[in-house]
Amino acid sequence: MRGEVLLTIRDLRIEGRSGDTWSEIVKGVDLTLHKGEVLGLIGESGAGKSTLGLAAMGFARDGCRISGGTIDFDGIDLRKASEGERRALRGKRIAYVAQSAAASFNPAHKLIDQYCEGPVVHGVMARDKAAADAVELYRRMRLPNPDEIGFRYPHQVSGGQLQRAMTAMAMACRPDLIIFDEPTTALDVTTQIEVLAAIRDIVRQFGTAAIYITHDLAVVAQMADRIKVLLRGVEVEEADTRSMLAAPREDYTRSLWAVRSFARPEQSQATGTPVVSVRNITAGYGTVDVLKNVSFDIHARRTVAVVGESGSGKSTTARVITGLLPPREGEVLFENKPLPPSFKARSREQLRQCQMIYQMADTALNPKLRLRELIGRPAQMYLGLKGRALEERVRELLAMIELEPDRFIDRLPGELSGGQKQRIGIARALAAEPKLIICDEVTSALDQIVQEGILKLLDRLQSELDLAYMFITHDLATVKAIADEVVVMQSGLVVEKGPKSEMFRPPNEPYTDLLLSSVPEMDPDWLTRLLASRSGQA
Amino acid sequence: MKVLLVVIAAVAFALALGWVFRAAAWRLAPKRHTLVFRDMPLTAAFGMAVILIYVVVALFAPVLAPFAEREVVGGQYLPWAAPYLLGTDNLGRDMLTRLIYGARNTVGIAFATTALAFVVGSILGIWAAVLGGWADQALSRFVDALMAIPALIFSLLLLTIFGTSITTLILVIAAVDATRVYRLARSVAQGIVVMDYIEAARLRGEGMWRLIRREILPNAMAPLVAEFGLRFCFVFLAISALSFLGLGIKPPTADWGSMVRENATLITFGDVTPLLPAGAIALLTVAVNFVVDWQLHRASGLKE
Repeated sequence: MRGEVLLTIRDLRIEGRSGDTWSEIVKGVDLTLHKGEVLGLIGESGAGKSTLGLAAMGFARDGCRISGGTIDFDGIDLRKASEGERRALRGKRIAYVAQSAAASFNPAHKLIDQYCEGPVVHGVMARDKAAADAVELYRRMRLPNPDEIGFRYPHQVSGGQLQRAMTAMAMACRPDLIIFDEPTTALDVTTQIEVLAAIRDIVRQFGTAAIYITHDLAVVAQMADRIKVLLRGVEVEEADTRSMLAAPREDYTRSLWAVRSFARPEQSQATGTPVVSVRNITAGYGTVDVLKNVSFDIHARRTVAVVGESGSGKSTTARVITGLLPPREGEVLFENKPLPPSFKARSREQLRQCQMIYQMADTALNPKLRLRELIGRPAQMYLGLKGRALEERVRELLAMIELEPDRFIDRLPGELSGGQKQRIGIARALAAEPKLIICDEVTSALDQIVQEGILKLLDRLQSELDLAYMFITHDLATVKAIADEVVVMQSGLVVEKGPKSEMFRPPNEPYTDLLLSSVPEMDPDWLTRLLASRSGQA
Repeated sequence: MKVLLVVIAAVAFALALGWVFRAAAWRLAPKRHTLVFRDMPLTAAFGMAVILIYVVVALFAPVLAPFAEREVVGGQYLPWAAPYLLGTDNLGRDMLTRLIYGARNTVGIAFATTALAFVVGSILGIWAAVLGGWADQALSRFVDALMAIPALIFSLLLLTIFGTSITTLILVIAAVDATRVYRLARSVAQGIVVMDYIEAARLRGEGMWRLIRREILPNAMAPLVAEFGLRFCFVFLAISALSFLGLGIKPPTADWGSMVRENATLITFGDVTPLLPAGAIALLTVAVNFVVDWQLHRASGLKE
């Protein structure tokens, strides 16, 4: 079924600059793509996936340069082609869909105007014809109100819709090749399914070849005909999807497969007074209630996972517990004593007991402070440690999160990797010696191998330090791995709550079922089956 | 042709000065700063060298100057010849001496004023951004009202009320400039206070002073430093303008701004002497901005 060859990359080398020195990011990778074929590129962050994807357009990011090898696109040598020739190809014959559609659209123009720009500039279609075509593609991407949605601005549509609008835009000139760079990574599971299904359909309808970059194996299994695994700029192995899933040859590939297998042993039933009880909370911004009558308990040494899609009120619950958002009704009890609604009214001791770890470690750590101060500050403030004792404590904490104290203590956050930054976030929370830690999507910005490391670390710390966790996530794989109890939220209401074992066993509330069935599985037929069963029900 | 040669020679000299300064700096600097100095661009090295020279001249003015600041040493408008290397001014005072003392007065006052404006303006600006709400509104609208009055007229008004001494001059110009710094600091800080690390610090129970000093200020430094270079030059102009109106630095104290005015007639005769103090201001301005650009570059983490 393979068509003729569309893209051939041979021995491609790309260098990136750090300071004055150039080091290789992509070290001699070969790639062949046939017409109408979808190739999945996977690997952890820093593997060179995105760099390789962009190189397929003959493009290197700022601070990168293509230093060797050939890129041949349908008979055109992209490395020898002039900038003008390459520009004529981009958007017309090769298109690109970026990870964050929200950041990639121009917020000042309507969607349809941005859609029309490509075809008009490349002289493929006149403006009115392109606009009509846009509506047609919006319909095919199953966007709601395809006739009108194009006349909205990017901030007026949801993230999943924006991602689909961007895919439609990439299709505008009917390119031969589309590069998808983690298009669903930032979306929650229920939205992800819609986007995946729409992308897969449209690529098949037009027979477009695609390179699909992701770190999520289950996703790539649904999308790709062939999979190529990358590790630090080198190809590990390549095979067609089914044979790779059935029998991966290399150890590294197997380790990628095994990541999702982490699960902690079942804990005993919760007893005693809960560390934190949320009682009948109703809260919101302005006149809108985001939370409606929310109640649950968190016990020591237990992890309560709060799940739900974006906008369901998970993070708002955390804001109520920490006191950032005083509730309209209800109260938060700490060891059976009510906490003042606003954090400003809470004592230092009350503040110390409840610490928070954020989703984006980049914005949660002050980039200008060294780790010594970042981690040391809570210990200094709450526990009154000074001088030698403080330094000892910081070193102890660094060792606890498995970072070498001597190497790291004087670094700035900018000198750490994503996973290391998240570890620092954990250390800062631990430094206060709290009873409860709220983890707000702490692993969703990380790739799977790093995620597993963080989850194992959190698990170990919990048993060593008797911590209670409130774990906010939309990723049910994480819930399976780490939770004791699960609270499912939908539009501000608690839909279902109970121990994990009950939650993953039917019967469930319809919404819980929807969430559970939306988690991608490794089986390449999973998406097809799921869509068939859902349309059967409807 | 001659002009071109002079320009080329000046640039070559400037680069050489920069190179020598850089070589000296990174060998003499303490170990952990070595790299910073070694990688600094020649323009920045030149700027730092010039600033250093100005500082030395300002500090050791009495030692370096051949005559006393206010001493009438000879006839009016004498040409450039020993012992008056740069001639004499409209009252017969030695020009070189007055240039050297001018460094002390003008640069000292301008620096003190700019520094004061920045300390007050940025702390208030960040404070307003952190507080938000009505406190921010009150302070910001008050500053807006001050900014609505033309700066020169406002300073004239204040100087007439409080009298003209060096201290009031510094305070008045600093007050006027602090409003501009306030606006900048507030808008930069507004972008920073929404970050998670500020939320984390608030939840930790940190006080206002710590929030401003350790959490926000280091992250707001880059634009503030850039603004400092620009403000510094404006303060020069403001002092010169006020001196011209007779409300700035009073004669016989040497001040570059007034020196240009007092000797302006010489230009009619094709003599460049009145341009020397102007040149001194221009050179310092360029030097300060070279250094500021370099710092900005480092702080923002931009590569090329």
